[in-house]
Amino acid sequence: MFASPTVRISFIFLAIALVGLLFADIAITASNPWRDLGNFFLGIVTPNFFSSEGLLTALLRTVAFAFVGVALGSFFGFLLALVYQSLPVRIFCAFIRAIHELFWALIFLQFFGFHPLTGVLAIAIPYAGIFAKVYSEILEEADPEPGRALPPGTGNIVAFLYTRIPDCWVKMRTYTAYRLECGLRSSAILGFVGLPTLGFYLEASFSQGLYSDAGAMLILFYVLIATMPLWVRPKLLPIYLLGAPFFLGEGLPIVWGNVLRFFTEDIVPAPLRNGEGLAGLTPWLNDLMINEAMPGIWNTVVLTQIALVATGILSLLAFPLISNHFGGPMRRSAGHVALVIVRSTPEYILAYILLQLWGPSMLPAVVALALHNGGIIGHLIGRQTNSLKLRPDAPTGFNRYTWELVPRVYRSFLAFLFYRWEIIMRETAILGILGIYTLGFYVDSAIQNIRFDRAMVLILVTALLNIGVDALGRYIRRKLALQTLPNC
Amino acid sequence: MSGFDLSGLTASFSGKRVIGPLSLKVNPGDKIALVGKSGAGKSTLIRLIHERINRNSSLVPQDLGLVNALSVFHNVFMGQLDKHATWYSTLTLARPFAKDKAEVLSLLESLSMGDKLWTPAASLSGGQRQRVAVARALYRNAAVLLADEPVSALDGPMANSVMTHLRGRFSTSVIALHDVDLALHYCNRIVGIESGQIALDQPTENLAATDIMSLY
Repeated sequence: MFASPTVRISFIFLAIALVGLLFADIAITASNPWRDLGNFFLGIVTPNFFSSEGLLTALLRTVAFAFVGVALGSFFGFLLALVYQSLPVRIFCAFIRAIHELFWALIFLQFFGFHPLTGVLAIAIPYAGIFAKVYSEILEEADPEPGRALPPGTGNIVAFLYTRIPDCWVKMRTYTAYRLECGLRSSAILGFVGLPTLGFYLEASFSQGLYSDAGAMLILFYVLIATMPLWVRPKLLPIYLLGAPFFLGEGLPIVWGNVLRFFTEDIVPAPLRNGEGLAGLTPWLNDLMINEAMPGIWNTVVLTQIALVATGILSLLAFPLISNHFGGPMRRSAGHVALVIVRSTPEYILAYILLQLWGPSMLPAVVALALHNGGIIGHLIGRQTNSLKLRPDAPTGFNRYTWELVPRVYRSFLAFLFYRWEIIMRETAILGILGIYTLGFYVDSAIQNIRFDRAMVLILVTALLNIGVDALGRYIRRKLALQTLPNC
Repeated sequence: MSGFDLSGLTASFSGKRVIGPLSLKVNPGDKIALVGKSGAGKSTLIRLIHERINRNSSLVPQDLGLVNALSVFHNVFMGQLDKHATWYSTLTLARPFAKDKAEVLSLLESLSMGDKLWTPAASLSGGQRQRVAVARALYRNAAVLLADEPVSALDGPMANSVMTHLRGRFSTSVIALHDVDLALHYCNRIVGIESGQIALDQPTENLAATDIMSLY
């Protein structure tokens, strides 16, 4: 069994995660976690949709920010995809997508303040980097034959419009729709840094113990995402796109003096600002690296590795829930609902809720990351097993799972898992804002202390770490010849 | 330019020579059938000629080169994309002009496909797809036709009708054909390819089916 490279790599990652567990801070510190969890579930089953009109406004703002942000991201992402062959463009895109939406929001908040532009750009910028990469991959896969059959002298633009776009249109549309769903999640969590979306409402309800209000918000959010195929229609899109900018809210006006100060003073490293020159820069950077960046990187990596393996285990346990090789239609429908719920809930919201209930430690983060990502991969793998045709006398039950299905889907399972490795790490870093000592914690503290120079360096470190893990993940996928689609 | 004289035609595939070196002189009025076993290099030769005459030909490639997501009309219209301004072609993607519609429609009707004008290429049968590629080549209306098995997926009467159209429209052509009877009937010169070399080059009137069979 260990001769197989996929099995070997799985056990290597399992071992790393087990060693990580020795160092990780896994605990339930709340005095009565189960009562709180019980109260929370009670809130979900007794939702209060009418507590205030704030809920509907928050819902509207969430949708508006998602539409404007994703539309701008896909427009500029498409333009970037056309020149994606250029190395500087690729590096630029890798960089902007390595920085999480919430980090972008934290940066823009410092100089645009609570202006709608902050939320829009926080979504549009990282999404443009992701769209550029995926669109360019889709365009590359287009059939080259029609282009060869064109008469010479055909203009480049016309050739592109006739031979590439039609071939890629469906894939690009599907991917963009998927990204819109992600955009709704991103938009919702922007509320946690103060923008007027669902996260803000959720945090307010939680801090006052209004679990029924929070439950209503979560239920509305699931309904919003589950009904997307009904309300996101090609014919309605122009209306949404034209209308969305008017529903972003007023926010607060931009103070341009702040913008100027941010770039010319705030983010200039303190020693340079105070005239200590380059000599002062080394101890400043040393201090930052040893006391903040290093512990942040260590905790981020440990938490990521544990969450990655937990995600893998959960995906393998979850996919039978929707696989038509097990159980009847009733059980499968219930499975679908369960997986839709866990994968529709942003990791950040799951982690926030669990953290409120169990107290601060790495445990809520691991569980949140594993639930969300395990739900996504479990869904994709389960759907894949549904297209498998087994021999009529194939074993059933547990033997079918272990002998027929898992060996068949294991490679794509690993492909999805390594694809999500970088995503899990990006989320792990950001969960620091909730008080877990990953890189986001140090970024957030630096911002709280109005030390933007330090925050910018730490965000840069986070971005480089993500780019590194992305490269490693791609290397492993190539080494094991694992193929995957970008829509995961 | 309707005739051409090509020499030093060679092609290699992963280090292995599959064509040539060979020379081929095509005179105006030549209707050449390329015959030979599959794998002899006919398709490669068609591609080579296409590149060497700077793609100034009406081409029916073996894999047809259709854009599956576009309608039959648009696939045929692509044969004249070089003749229109960018804005004209772009607008045509969304809303074709009546003049072009009429022209493409009459062409398709001559190939018994008038009812498929707006069908996406993806939902056509193999034979229908082949006729769309033929229609595109006819619409392109270059001086030379280069075609790789243009009727392989068509039944007898339809194959004959399509070959008649091609013969009528193009005075000069090079067509790869595995069907010896079609080759003898519609072409005036037979070029036999064997192991990447010309093994036979004769006017059709000097040949009978049995002479060609020796190549297979």
